[in-house]
Amino acid sequence: MIRSKSNKIGDVVIVAMCVLLIFICVVPLLNVLARSLSSTEALIRNEVLLWPKGWNVEAYQTVLDDRVFTTSLLWTAMLTVICTVVSMSLTILCAYPLIYDNLKGRKLINSVFVLTMYFSAGIIPNYLLYKALGLLDKPTVLILPNALSVFNMILLRSFFFGIPESLRESAEIDGAGPIRILLRIYLPLSTSVLATLALFYAVGRWNGFSDALMYMQRNKQYYPIQLLLYNILQNTTQIEVATQEGFFAPGLSETLKMASVMFATVPIILVYPWLQRYFIHGVTIGAIKG
Amino acid sequence: MREAKQLRLNRTSNYMKRYWTLYLMLLLPIAFIIIFRYIPMAYILNAFKVNNILRPPWELPWAGNNGFEWFIKAFRSRDFLFALRNTFMLNILDLVIGFPAPILLALLLNELSFKRFKRITQTVVYLPHFLSWIIISGLALRLFAPNDGFVNIILARMGRNTIPFLNDPAHWVGSYVTLGIWKEAGWNTIIYLAAITAISPELYEAAAVDGASRLRRIWHITLPGLRPTIIILLILSLGRILGSDFDRPFALGNKMVRSVYNVISIFVYEYGIKGMQFSLSSAVGLFQSAVGVVFLFSANALAKRYGERGVW
Repeated sequence: MIRSKSNKIGDVVIVAMCVLLIFICVVPLLNVLARSLSSTEALIRNEVLLWPKGWNVEAYQTVLDDRVFTTSLLWTAMLTVICTVVSMSLTILCAYPLIYDNLKGRKLINSVFVLTMYFSAGIIPNYLLYKALGLLDKPTVLILPNALSVFNMILLRSFFFGIPESLRESAEIDGAGPIRILLRIYLPLSTSVLATLALFYAVGRWNGFSDALMYMQRNKQYYPIQLLLYNILQNTTQIEVATQEGFFAPGLSETLKMASVMFATVPIILVYPWLQRYFIHGVTIGAIKG
Repeated sequence: MREAKQLRLNRTSNYMKRYWTLYLMLLLPIAFIIIFRYIPMAYILNAFKVNNILRPPWELPWAGNNGFEWFIKAFRSRDFLFALRNTFMLNILDLVIGFPAPILLALLLNELSFKRFKRITQTVVYLPHFLSWIIISGLALRLFAPNDGFVNIILARMGRNTIPFLNDPAHWVGSYVTLGIWKEAGWNTIIYLAAITAISPELYEAAAVDGASRLRRIWHITLPGLRPTIIILLILSLGRILGSDFDRPFALGNKMVRSVYNVISIFVYEYGIKGMQFSLSSAVGLFQSAVGVVFLFSANALAKRYGERGVW
């Protein structure tokens, strides 16, 4: 490539714009982090922007001492693991058979799945079904109804299609059955897309709250962390200890809210950068063909 | 004749011997899709029946006006008409302002020639996608708080008036759209960046030989190369023009901006789940789904007519 002077100026402009971009992305998080670690007085004086003033980890201590909050945090973690395992199993079980083009009824089965991506019954019909099935207000309502995402299934199927059929055929000639081929050839070759889908399912569950809000209104002990966080932010639930010990300072309840936000955010920030190299690959399979 | 039958039977039994495990695998997913995606469709019948919270719709008598009473009621309800207007308004703003954002961002990232810096930038701009709307509402409440929020502190230090970002309908709409871009624009660049890598490098080399400037290369090579991707994604967004996300307006909304955050999904939640008006909210949900399908198919047909590939 020929590098001219105007090109260099262009490079500088582009780097500057990207730095600005990074700044815009992290400012809201830094601001909340800084406020969660600052003293009440500094907050009241509006001194805290991106760096904590009057270092103070009391808010984190208080949130961690709150039984309701920590229970919800652990429950959501457990729920996330269960949901990811169930969803991944269903997705693999569904995507793999559909790549056999001599499977009878494949087209029909395929369209049964794809149709649901365009038309869905909606919130109230779902609510009535869960009621009829006795799932309402049970923790299983957070696991079963969205266990399989057709979109993710199609993503995995497209990836499976990319694995050369000759591999499968030669294994079949050697006498391997479908399950063996799946376990020995297809799954080991698809680690990147499997990691991506697991991340999607896990993040979806960790971040999800509307199902709990709608279908589990009366079972507060199984509220996922996001719904609890919403209630804390809206002042409808308070961190227990704070109310017990009679803290009424607006500054403290403020830092408590910020610390709660951080607790819900940090697991994601910790997990996702490690999976980045997988998911970029994973996301683009289904999307672009040619 | 008998031999042929025998042969066919043999072939079928061979086939089943070989592939029965595949059907076994499909058993659970198919059971799932039927129970949780198709059976609920039976309950759509509610939209045409009298409202009753205890009995299933097939045991109930038809609603008045040949069963369309609830649809008529919905269109006479001020709340629903507001919800319809808000859904359209927010989605159109998302489309007009939000749709080009990832394209511009992808063009910018693509011009970044330092590999490591590019990766770091990508990691950071993808991050907001992974945050829930509740977390983002927590961040936004802080960032945009009327008196002591980050942005308003800075505005005050610059001697400007503070802005009620989340507490005044017009400003709230702006914040809603901006936060949507903040969350998804980075993530949505992935598809565009992948499409850019598919553009032949020879085109760029030829352009460099001809002395084309950076902007000309973007305009004459990169953007035309992105055209099919842009069209497909545009079709998909057009199909969702009446769709409504629940998490986003629910998390960001508050009492002061009810006139704009009340979208169809919020309406269904408030009237249906909280207010137990199953028939009315089923009717509204059905209307929304049906219009969504119509929009998606029309957008696709339109794209095909203009010589693009379309989604199907």
